[in-house]
Amino acid sequence: MQSHFELFGIEPGFALDRVALDHAYREIQGRIHPDRFAHAGEAERRASMQWTTRVNEAYRVLQDPLERARHLLELNGIDVAFETNTAMPAEFLERQMTLRESLEAASEARDAAALDALRADLAIDRKRVETQLAARIDQEKDFAAAASLVRELKFLERLDMEIESAYEAIEA
Amino acid sequence: MALLQISEPGLSPAPHEHRLAVGIDLGTTNSLVATVRNGVAVALADERGRVLLPSIVRYRRDGGCEVGYAAQAHQAVDPKNTIVSVKRFMGRGLRDIDHIENAPYDFVDAPGMVQLRTAAGVKSPVEISAEILKTLRARAEASLGGELSGAVVTVPAYFDDAQRQATKDAGAVAGLNVLRLLNEPTAAAIAYGLDNAAEGVYAVFDLGGGTFDISILRLSRGVFEVLATNGDAALGGDDFDHRVFCWVLEQAGLSLLEPRDARLLYGKAREAKETLTAHGEAPLTARLSTGEFVDLTLKSETFCSISHTLVQKTLGPTRKALRDAGLGVADVKGVVMVGGATRMPEIQRVVADFFRCDPLNNLDPDKVVALGAAMQANVLAGNKPQGEDWLLLDVIPLSLGIETMGGLVERIIPRNSTIPVARAQEFTTFKDGQTAMSIHVVQGERELVADCRSLARFELRDIPPMTAGAARIRVTFQVDADGLLAVSAREATTGVEASVSVKPSYGLADRDIERMLRDSVEHAKDDMLARALQEATIEAQRLQAAVQAALAADGELLDATERSEVDRRMSELSTALTSGDHRAIKRAAEALNRATEPFAARRMDASVRRALAGQKIASFDS
Repeated sequence: MQSHFELFGIEPGFALDRVALDHAYREIQGRIHPDRFAHAGEAERRASMQWTTRVNEAYRVLQDPLERARHLLELNGIDVAFETNTAMPAEFLERQMTLRESLEAASEARDAAALDALRADLAIDRKRVETQLAARIDQEKDFAAAASLVRELKFLERLDMEIESAYEAIEA
Repeated sequence: MALLQISEPGLSPAPHEHRLAVGIDLGTTNSLVATVRNGVAVALADERGRVLLPSIVRYRRDGGCEVGYAAQAHQAVDPKNTIVSVKRFMGRGLRDIDHIENAPYDFVDAPGMVQLRTAAGVKSPVEISAEILKTLRARAEASLGGELSGAVVTVPAYFDDAQRQATKDAGAVAGLNVLRLLNEPTAAAIAYGLDNAAEGVYAVFDLGGGTFDISILRLSRGVFEVLATNGDAALGGDDFDHRVFCWVLEQAGLSLLEPRDARLLYGKAREAKETLTAHGEAPLTARLSTGEFVDLTLKSETFCSISHTLVQKTLGPTRKALRDAGLGVADVKGVVMVGGATRMPEIQRVVADFFRCDPLNNLDPDKVVALGAAMQANVLAGNKPQGEDWLLLDVIPLSLGIETMGGLVERIIPRNSTIPVARAQEFTTFKDGQTAMSIHVVQGERELVADCRSLARFELRDIPPMTAGAARIRVTFQVDADGLLAVSAREATTGVEASVSVKPSYGLADRDIERMLRDSVEHAKDDMLARALQEATIEAQRLQAAVQAALAADGELLDATERSEVDRRMSELSTALTSGDHRAIKRAAEALNRATEPFAARRMDASVRRALAGQKIASFDS
C-alpha cells in the first residue's frame, strides 16, 4: 500500500511542505470528489467515494503532527505503542502535574481566561516537542527517541481535550 | 498569473443538453425551490408570483391534501389535520420533541419516528415532507418545462443521521432524484461567496424556524472548506413564538386552550414578534372561541427579557465551532446571516457583539439557502464546465460511536471530520463457536450511550465458528458525501463477509418507503408500472451516457477483453431498454454497473496521477 506521502507526491518527512500538500489535496479532490460524479453510474459513484475517503484520511494524518509522526514511524517499522509503553521522563511528568493542577484550579474557579492561558502554554509545549520530533526523525533518523516524543505529544493532546471539556463545563 | 487551459484527451467539453436541476430549501416555516437560469440563480414562484411556500400540509377526509397557503388558510379551523413545522418531527421519536403538549396533533408513538393520525390516515413526517417537496417539484417542472434531472435538498448542518435519512427518504417518496443533501449554512456560503468573490474565513449564522446552525468556512480560490460546524437542531424562531405565547397565557390569565385557540394565539405571537423587527412595541389582540378577548401590547424590552435565554443559547455552539476550527473571533472576516429569525434586532446585536463586526445581511435570509443549493445542483448535474465549477469540502456535524461495556460510548468518527470518511474497528467473539454479535451505533458528543442518539443496532451474522477471541471481525463505518452512515463487516482471518442487518432506531425500512411511494402514486391515479418503467429507463439511460463518456475519456485503461465485456453489457442494456420490462432493465443496468467497477477504480487512480502530474508541470512556471 502506498504511503500517505506518496499519495500526494510529496517527500516523506516530519517537516511538512504545507503549501504543496494543500495544493496536491485540492488538485486530487477536484478530480475525484463525489460531487464530480453525482450524475455518473453507481460503479463510479462508489469508486469516487472510496478514493475520496482514502484521500481525506491521508490528508488528516499528514496535517496532524502526532498522526504524521506516527505514520512516519510505522513506515520505518516502529510501533509507537501508546497502550503498552507508558514510561516517560521524570521531568516531563513533573511538568504534566503542574499543567494538570492549573487545569483543575481553572475548572474549579470556572475561569475561562485561565483556560485560555493554559491552552497557550500547552501550545508552546507542543511546538517544542514538534521541533524535537523534526530533528529526531528528519535529521538524526533516531526513530526510537522519536517514538518517545510521540508519546509525549499524545499526553499533551489528551490534556488539550480535557481543557476542551473544561470549557464546555464552564459554558454549560 | 494566468494559466492556459488545455483539455485532456477525451475531456474536450462536448456540448451536451442542459440538465434541469434545482435546489430545494425544505424549511421548518417556509420552503422554496430555485434553479440556475442563464447563469443566474433564481427562486421560482408559484402561479400567483409567490416564492415562499409555507411548510404546511392539511389532510382532508377524502384522502387528499393541500400544501402551502391553501393549507395555511385552514390552520386555525382545522388544526388537528393541518401540520405545521413538520421538520421538527423528522427522524424524531415522541420523547425527543420539545413542547409536544402544545402541538394540536394526534401523535402515534410508532417505533422509530413519531407519526400523526390525520383525517386521511396515519402519516409519517417523511410523507408529510414529501407532499411539500412534490408541490415544489411540480412548480419547478411547470416553470422549467420538463422533468427534473436532479435536486439538491438542504438540511440543517446539525441534523443527525436519522434526520438526514428521513429527508432523503422524503425526496425519494416525492419522486426526486436527490443528487445531494447539502448543509444549509454551506449552501448559504456558496451563494454569498460566489456573489461577493469572498476569500478568507467566514462564519455562517443560520437561525431558521426550528433549527440553529453555526458553520465556520474557509473560502479560497474556488474551494469552500467547512472547518467546523455546530448548532442546536431544536432551536429556532418557533421557540421565540412559544415564549411570546407563554407570556400571553400568563398575562391574560389563560389556561387549557382549545387547539384552535392555541393555534390562533401562536399566529398572533408570531405576528407580534415580526412587528418588533421594525417597531418598539406590537399590539396583540385576539378573540377566543370562549368569547374571551385578549388585548395586550408586547414591548421590545419585554420580548428581549423573555427570549434572553434563547438568544444566549446560540453562543455556546458558536464558541465550540470556533474552538473546533482552531480559530478566534479575530480570524473571522465576516458573519453571513441566514434564516428569517436572524431579522430579530436582538440576534443581530448579540452576533455583532460576539464577532465584533457588523453581520452581513446583503442577501435575503429567506432565499439564500435555496439559491446556493441551486448553484450546487447546477454543478452536480454537470452543467458547469470543468474549471468554472468549485470544490465543496463539508464535514460530519456529530461524532459517531459505538456502545461498549457499561453503557459507555467509544468514539469511532469524530465530529468535524471531512466527508466522505470511513473508520474500521475490530471486534472479537467472547464465546466459543459464537456466530453472531450485535453492535449499537450512536451519534453525539456525550460519554454515556443514554445521552447520545441511538442510530441503529447492527446484527452481525454468519461469523465462522471459532474459539472465543479467535475471530477478528472488521467493521467499517462509512459516511458518504450526504453525511449518511453505512456499515459493512468482514471476518479478517477467513475473509468471510459477515452479513449486516440494520435495525434503524429512528428511520424507515425500505419497505416503508415503497409503501409510501405506492400510496402517493395511487392518490395521483398514476400507473405504478408505467412509473417504474419510466424511472428504470431514465436511470439506465443516465448510466449509458455516463459509461459512454467514461469510455471516450479513458477507454485505453481497458484491455480488449475487458472492453468487449463492457460493450456486451452496454448492448444488453440497450436491448433491455426496448423490452418495456422495468425489472429486465434494472437487471441489465446492474450487470453493466458490475462490469464497469474495475474500470471506475482505474479511472480514479488515473485521475489522481493526472492531478499530481498537472501539479508538477504547473510548478515549473512558478
